[in-house]
Amino acid sequence: MSAHTSGTTVKPAAQAAASRTAWLLHPLVRPIGALVALLLVDAFLVPGFFHLEVKEGHLYGAIIDILNRAAPLMLAALGMTLVIATRGIDISVGAVVALSGTVSAMLIGGSTPSTPMAVALAAALGVALLCGLWNGVLVAGIKLQPIVATLILMVAGRGLAQLLTDGQIVTVYYQPFFFLGSGYLAGLPFSLFVVAAVFAATLLLVKKTALGLFIQAVGINPVAARLAGLRTATLITFVYVFCSACAGVAGMLITSNIKSADANNAGLLLELDAILAVTLGGTSLAGGKFSLVGSMIGALIIQTLTSTIYSLGVPPEVNMVVKSIVVFVVCISQSSEFKNILRRSA
Amino acid sequence: MIDSKQPVLEVTGIHKAFPGVKALSEAGLRLFPGEVHTLMGQNGAGKSTLIKVLTGVYQPDAGSIVLNGQAIQPRSTQDAQNLGISTVYQEVNLCPNLSVAENIFIGRYPRRFGMVDWRSMRTQAAALLERLEIHVDVSKPLADYPLAIQQMVAIARALNTDSRVLILDEPTSSLDEAEVQMLFSVLRRLREEGMAILFVTHFLDQTYAISDRITVMRNGEREGEYACADLSRLALVNKMIGAPADAEHATDAAAQGEAPEHGDVFLRARGIARKGVLSPVDLEIRRGELLGLAGLLGSGRTETARLLFGADKVDSGSFDIDGREVSFSNPRDAIAQGIGFCSEDRKHEGAILALSVRENLILALQARQGIFRAIPFKRQQQLATDYVKWLGIKTASIETPIGTLSGGNQQKVLLARWLATDPRLMILDEPTRGIDVRAKQEIMDYVSNLCRKGMSILFISSELPEVLRVSDRMVVMRDRKACGEYRRGDLDETSVLHVIAGETA
Repeated sequence: MSAHTSGTTVKPAAQAAASRTAWLLHPLVRPIGALVALLLVDAFLVPGFFHLEVKEGHLYGAIIDILNRAAPLMLAALGMTLVIATRGIDISVGAVVALSGTVSAMLIGGSTPSTPMAVALAAALGVALLCGLWNGVLVAGIKLQPIVATLILMVAGRGLAQLLTDGQIVTVYYQPFFFLGSGYLAGLPFSLFVVAAVFAATLLLVKKTALGLFIQAVGINPVAARLAGLRTATLITFVYVFCSACAGVAGMLITSNIKSADANNAGLLLELDAILAVTLGGTSLAGGKFSLVGSMIGALIIQTLTSTIYSLGVPPEVNMVVKSIVVFVVCISQSSEFKNILRRSA
Repeated sequence: MIDSKQPVLEVTGIHKAFPGVKALSEAGLRLFPGEVHTLMGQNGAGKSTLIKVLTGVYQPDAGSIVLNGQAIQPRSTQDAQNLGISTVYQEVNLCPNLSVAENIFIGRYPRRFGMVDWRSMRTQAAALLERLEIHVDVSKPLADYPLAIQQMVAIARALNTDSRVLILDEPTSSLDEAEVQMLFSVLRRLREEGMAILFVTHFLDQTYAISDRITVMRNGEREGEYACADLSRLALVNKMIGAPADAEHATDAAAQGEAPEHGDVFLRARGIARKGVLSPVDLEIRRGELLGLAGLLGSGRTETARLLFGADKVDSGSFDIDGREVSFSNPRDAIAQGIGFCSEDRKHEGAILALSVRENLILALQARQGIFRAIPFKRQQQLATDYVKWLGIKTASIETPIGTLSGGNQQKVLLARWLATDPRLMILDEPTRGIDVRAKQEIMDYVSNLCRKGMSILFISSELPEVLRVSDRMVVMRDRKACGEYRRGDLDETSVLHVIAGETA
């Protein structure tokens, strides 16, 4: 009759069997499984893959290298997750990376900064926020389709960055700036602390406020969400601003790491890797339910895969094919059809 | 006489379980050629599940489906259609942006030299609709036509496949009286042509107007199969709820009483209007009053409700709340004044299907509190558990996605979503549409109870007897205008019907 007794209609034996296999259906099982599988391949085929050593107080090793290199992608994937959860997409991430990198590099300039570094970084972040606001207003205010709205900035952002630099690569000589992308703190790359901080802040924001619930509600049914009293336009604008902010920070990390701003190539196609990371992490492009942890794992899968392919000495021309096969397998394993097959056999 | 024939469709011993809920056990059905067979039962009785098994949406755990003497196992709706079972769903599943002809032939476009033969498609589509006595321009987009015509197009599409069995899942829930009659004349014609029609509805009147036989379902089982003429209404309701049908009479008796005294005016709308949607309307709702809004579909009832809730903006007119002028530019403004709104379109404007019962339930309260004052998880669970108990919501748990609940239970969750905000005025737009007698009764009882505690209610329903029964006062709408007001006591169905129809009594 009531909600409490209806569960008992399922036979106990069936229930026990269901709970034994229930963990298989957890959304994070497949991304984690894919990552573990990749690492196993590395453990067997790449000598010294898990080897870590301390040199001059810094931790070195393939694992650390992967984490460090994945930092910009992890940041971009965090922002992209929230955008995708609202049924949106942001393909201007790479352009924002280029723009924020260019602004920070130009303001800092030579070996003695023309602008204090804090101001330069704040300005770069400010530009990224403006980019996000632009995207947000186009999507939530003017109601352009997200892919079209962000396509504008994808083209214009990189163009603007090239205009600012006259198409040249801007080199930075100011030492303290390099700490951001290649410095070490407590033996670990500093960029990892940046990612950890942004990740923790995002997680808190999503879990400790109602943001997570609201984003899901808007992503699943925007009409019903508005009628329930949600500020749907503000929410949607926010996720684009947030996504651009993440891209902005990623841009600073990349610029600091390569000690220069390359308006042409910095963050090129990063948006596609970010979308892929989100998908690999189990968040549906149809919007709604999302997983920040999943997207982080997705980003790590992509970077681990790239590193693995390089260290296995796979010829560069086969590189893309191998990558696409792995991605294909992971995506298939996450499809609802596959889950149904799993459920039926369980 | 019917029983001497072979059934065209015979379904026996169907079992179907979902996580935590047994939806069907030993469900069955027999359909004979040339009959209209009504499937009745409360919400959660398993009607929808059985239909979905027949049309290949769900695969049964056990049981057999025999069509024309052959056992079949439809794997998909397409599969079912190819086998000869066509379905017209409650919500019309067509493509509004395509033309009428394209909708009828979708997936089966007539071809000529490998190309789509548009001309032949249009002539054939027109001919099909002529057969149903519908005369429309088939090259126009479907969205240009009212819902009733869209429904006919859906039927025409079903007919186009040479089906022997036609399933109509609550086809009349969005139609007005004239449209229902139009549908029925089509069904009668099809019956004469030997079609076996399975008709799912909640309306008793319609059941008796069209059916030859009735199958009653209860708790996922076949309660029985009856010839329509042998089953009285009272007996039918009895069989559906499995208890003596006295609830309705009890409230009927209460309705005879005088209108109770009410408090001060809570909300006054003065000449609110919106171009092309609503002509100026004055409305006044007192504290603790249940105001009914009656009228046909498209008479301006829902439109009025949407303006009162700020879902649409008014072009002219103003609102007073507690005697002070306010303006609503979006639902948030109305919610801030203590107004809640249950939309008539549960699926698109109410439920957030992939979210849990708990999340759906706290959404409006959380939205009003603001994003940064998250309701503690324990409190959310408490709220959800309480409302599940108070409203008798049937769900496996409060973490079950709302989309897996039956219509009536979804409606209760949405009602709870607003009740949790402790509203001063609840706008209920067709809260009982598409849900069964028992859930209807439970919802209306709960709501009128709250009314007695001082909450105001604006109740909108197409079912006139229902409005008459529960309302303290009733406003009748016609042609996007308010055109009559009645207090309890001077209400009677015939005179109201005259007003609705626009005739003088």
